Amino acid sequence: MTENDPQVDMDHPYIPAATPGTDAAQDQSLRDYFRLWGERLRAGELGALPIGVGLLIILVTFGILDSNFYSSRNFTNLLLQMVVFATIAIGTVFVLLIAEIDLSVAFVSAVAGVVMTILLRPGDPGWPWWAAAGVAILITVIIGWVQGMLVAKTGVPSFVVTLAGLLVFSGVVLVLTTSVTKVGTIRIEDDFVVGIANAFLSVTAGWILAAIVIFGYLGTNALTKFNRQRRGLPSKPIALIALQTIGLAIVTISVVWYANTDRGVPRGTVILIVLLVAWSFVASRLRFGRHVYAIGGNPEAARRAGINVDRVRVLVFMISGFMAGIGGIMLASRLRSVSTAQGGGNLLLLVIASAVIGGTSLFGGQGRVISALLGALVIASITNGMDLLGLASGNKFIITGLVLLGAVLIDAWSKKRRAAVGVG
Amino acid sequence: MSETPLLECIGVTKSFAQVHALVNVDFDVRRGEVMALVGDNGAGKSTLIKCIAGIYQFDEGEIRFEDETVNIHGPRDSAELGIEVVYQDLALADNLDVVSNMFLGREVTKGGYMLDEPTMEGAARETLDSLSVTTLQSVRQAVGGLSGGQRQAVAVAKSVMWNSKLVILDEPTAALGVAQTEQVLALVSRLAERDLGVVIISHNLHDVFQVADRITVLRLGQAVAVLDRRETTQQEVVHAITAGTVDSVPGMQATSPEVAE
Repeated sequence: MTENDPQVDMDHPYIPAATPGTDAAQDQSLRDYFRLWGERLRAGELGALPIGVGLLIILVTFGILDSNFYSSRNFTNLLLQMVVFATIAIGTVFVLLIAEIDLSVAFVSAVAGVVMTILLRPGDPGWPWWAAAGVAILITVIIGWVQGMLVAKTGVPSFVVTLAGLLVFSGVVLVLTTSVTKVGTIRIEDDFVVGIANAFLSVTAGWILAAIVIFGYLGTNALTKFNRQRRGLPSKPIALIALQTIGLAIVTISVVWYANTDRGVPRGTVILIVLLVAWSFVASRLRFGRHVYAIGGNPEAARRAGINVDRVRVLVFMISGFMAGIGGIMLASRLRSVSTAQGGGNLLLLVIASAVIGGTSLFGGQGRVISALLGALVIASITNGMDLLGLASGNKFIITGLVLLGAVLIDAWSKKRRAAVGVG
Repeated sequence: MSETPLLECIGVTKSFAQVHALVNVDFDVRRGEVMALVGDNGAGKSTLIKCIAGIYQFDEGEIRFEDETVNIHGPRDSAELGIEVVYQDLALADNLDVVSNMFLGREVTKGGYMLDEPTMEGAARETLDSLSVTTLQSVRQAVGGLSGGQRQAVAVAKSVMWNSKLVILDEPTAALGVAQTEQVLALVSRLAERDLGVVIISHNLHDVFQVADRITVLRLGQAVAVLDRRETTQQEVVHAITAGTVDSVPGMQATSPEVAE
């Protein structure tokens, strides 16, 4: 990892569509909305507040310690680094939402990267990128299905099933890599695959992307408001929608502008935005997503409500495998190669930390897909900043560990707080 | 209040291994009536309602619903008939809001997958209003932040949303304070006013006498008395609970005839 730069929360495509619990506003006036927000804060529903504060502290600290941190070169690097964590963490968010854990994601992602790279080797067998990537992702989805079935049908805790998976797939990565090379590294020659994480959008394309994000957000909100008003239901005040859209616009435009002063917006960022929007939609707008939250909140209630709890659990592990697969391909693309060390190191830790730091509760039922992005941003900023400062690995682990601990403590406090208020 | 029973259990029997939880019990509920089900711990109250709800099946006996003999093999069957049970633990997901909880597992969708929030929210509000549940600040509040009485109200409202005909409430006031108990009991009365059959299980005879029209007393797995509230007294009910005449005392070897209280 290298250097990076500013702008706090970049491309949020989908800030709103909250957890089902906190949907659009209840009351008509902006003041009521803020009052409700204050009440929820006191009740321990912190949302994105701790992360906003944390990110600010990180950005200011590293900015003071190293002036390169704010350079546009470092900023685009940060965007590149973040994409892998955030992509895999989206799957982890779903797993955490049903109060399970998937410890195998890092090595499952490595399996995808290695399988794809082997299939891509020119002439041996020299598959086209889409076939190689497709098969790689299919394999990770099947891995997710197997692990999900084991968790759902045998009742063995997901912690144990996926811990076994962690070992098994680290072995698979080694076996696969060493079976085709003695060097321990396989280079990726395919230009398209390398481009996934290394190419940048043109200046114009960057601005088009910004426009899509901003107007997409505005349009979704306006449509929701229109639909609710037509039914005579309370809806988000126009002033709030305007405020949020302006906030998003400022962030998006700054990000695109600053990235354009360097190499532009990375192509991987676009993929990440698409994934974030799609999975946010699944989590907050689909019946399936509602069931995911219900199982995390009260599995017994979900079961009695007639929800096929096992089916949802299996699907969630398949989502985790799918996202790990995509993340693994992105990582391989960024490194332009895969090695025997693929998926090792602290990738797993950083992915889970991203989801948790982003505000997804380890206790299940609380969190949003966007938290994968927010957490990955924090993790990438810390990693990037520490690399810039040239900290020793030991110190980096200690600091990252402490940040994760802090996030978990906030989560535990907020859960306690919710419980205390709930008794009322 | 109609005189033909909405639900009628005739001579129902249920055993768990050696334990006779229910022996030849007759039980009926009419439309627009609150029927209280009382009895000491282990008298068979929970077994009876779990059988009606389809969680257990009776070994012998007949269930008639709306004048027809029915077979209830699972919770889905009872729900299809229009029987809803509000269990003591309420089965609410604390992290979800009121609307989501009321529609849990039966979400209204567009095209089968996409949630139709406006429709659900509108229907939830309507149901809550019709039950005069006014203490909720917003139907988009997470249920975890509600008081015990409000949670009970949400669970009851959830049970009547589905054109249900019979609502069974298991100890709805057990964990509530005085004011909240009053609110819930008022809610129970309103259910009966809507011409639903209501069964309420309670240990609190004061509550029972406040809302019930009739009282069925279970003792040692048998129905020892069916009393009209206006023609009985608390003493009489207590006597039936503790010393009601049972035809035969079954399973003397078992100290507690009921397994799953």
